[in-house]
Amino acid sequence: MTINKNAVLLNNLGTGAGGLHIKATHLDIGYKNEAVVGDISFELRQGEAIALIGTNGSGKSTLLKTIVGLLKSISGELSVFGMPPGNNHSRIAYLGQFHNSGFVLPIRAIDLVRMGRYPLHGLLHPMGKKDDEIVKAAMHSMGVEDLANASLRSLSGGQQQRVYLAQALAHKADLLVMDEPTTGLDAGGRELCLNAINDELCRGASVIMATHDIQEEAALCHQVMLLAHKVVGIGAPDKVMTPDALLETFGVVVAGENKLHVLECKHGHDDHERQGLNR
Amino acid sequence: MDSFITPFSTNGFMLQALIAGMLVSIACAIAGTFVILRGLAFIGDALAHGVLPGIALAVLFGFSGIIGAAIGAGFMIGGITLITQRSRLSSDTAIGLLFIGMLSLGVVIVSRSTSFSGDLTRILFGEILGISRSAIWLQLGATIIVAVIAFICARPFLLLSFDPEQAEVAGFSVRLFHNIMLFMIAAVVIVSFQTVGTLLVFGLLIAPAGAGALLARRIGAMMMWAALFGILSMYLGLLTSYHFNLAAGASIILVAVSIFFIIFVIKNLHQRQASNHKDGDHDH
Repeated sequence: MTINKNAVLLNNLGTGAGGLHIKATHLDIGYKNEAVVGDISFELRQGEAIALIGTNGSGKSTLLKTIVGLLKSISGELSVFGMPPGNNHSRIAYLGQFHNSGFVLPIRAIDLVRMGRYPLHGLLHPMGKKDDEIVKAAMHSMGVEDLANASLRSLSGGQQQRVYLAQALAHKADLLVMDEPTTGLDAGGRELCLNAINDELCRGASVIMATHDIQEEAALCHQVMLLAHKVVGIGAPDKVMTPDALLETFGVVVAGENKLHVLECKHGHDDHERQGLNR
Repeated sequence: MDSFITPFSTNGFMLQALIAGMLVSIACAIAGTFVILRGLAFIGDALAHGVLPGIALAVLFGFSGIIGAAIGAGFMIGGITLITQRSRLSSDTAIGLLFIGMLSLGVVIVSRSTSFSGDLTRILFGEILGISRSAIWLQLGATIIVAVIAFICARPFLLLSFDPEQAEVAGFSVRLFHNIMLFMIAAVVIVSFQTVGTLLVFGLLIAPAGAGALLARRIGAMMMWAALFGILSMYLGLLTSYHFNLAAGASIILVAVSIFFIIFVIKNLHQRQASNHKDGDHDH
């Protein structure tokens, strides 16, 4: 499963402008009327990914929650698939920040992944063979197919996060909104996760994700947005992630010319992929 | 063998108590499962006690206790909803005070009645041996309604239990389905309080479902275990109260809680043993 992400990236760019999935214009977001970040403008198109980068509390999660309709925006315009947020449940998969409080439920791992298909079936529409296959494939892509019948409570933190990711993948959504998807994953899990996100992009889905990882995850994306209670910069990774901008975002400088390293790292660690699975 | 069956075959009131108890156990198993999964134990407890003033009014003015309980539950749901919407920080405190307030109000109202202590005992601890036929029909109807609601709302209820935000993004209104769940719990409390009383009905809601949660790996299985444990508690509780002349409602709850803790202990010993084994394996 060695893939060259830069090649995929070029491919996606090469297909040119696809459908417009998200369009934000002079958007102010926050809780109640207290703005967390102001004046956000960006577009996300079919097959594209955008990474939100910033420290804790910089507004990443707030923006993601506004996009999926959990929070109302304060002012400005935001459209998702040409409509106000909160209107396209069947097309959007949301992976909120991981907390393991939900993993005490007395259900099996596969039941949790199946929940990813609920938005497409509503209250009573039965699930079919196709759903079973998609659920199985999603679990396979995160390396947890062997844990299908394990109870949620018996899983380790990393395994729980993998199952949680499989749930989001099982949706086969047109837009994936992910809040720090690789939190708590080991090297093998991270590799599988990034591969899976890549597959979603190749399928034509768009991805917006919050991340701390400026090396691998941001390099996967066509755009990055640096956030520090305001938009520090937005655009192609090599243009935006300058040492000065990163300093403003994180408040510390990583030694050396980080920017070049970010763009040139390639990934192909086959041996990493199954690591951490052999319990 | 006779002493296990004859109490029910020779006494009409015992048989009716058992039938009512079985119906209530099934309703409590369904609602209790979601109470536990959603972490609503505290609100469930508050609802169970909050019905008291309504029942007290019914006793005082001579209308049906079920209608009184429904009024009390409606008031309580309104209060809880208002509190949780207004303040996130201290909602536990406010709900706790609301239900203690309702409990006191109930007792104050009953104290106006001429047979104060008799009435209060019946309300708080139930009168399962005096269940009427019409009450049984009502319990049957409520059990069916609760089962239908749980079947229709299974997906949103499950999503809500996992993570309310996931439910909302998936297109299931959190407010709507949360309220349906509260309604379901209230309905179960209203038809169940006659069996074990408002003070103990919470035990019937939580203990069997809690024991089920310890054993099950699927929601359906958890409900089945809960119903089984509930019915077993009813049977054993009624039997002991019959033979040893004990309070029926409290005996039933005592059995239910005992089952929970027996399973809890066994499960913990089992887990400790399993982890000891694992550690041993690592050493080799």
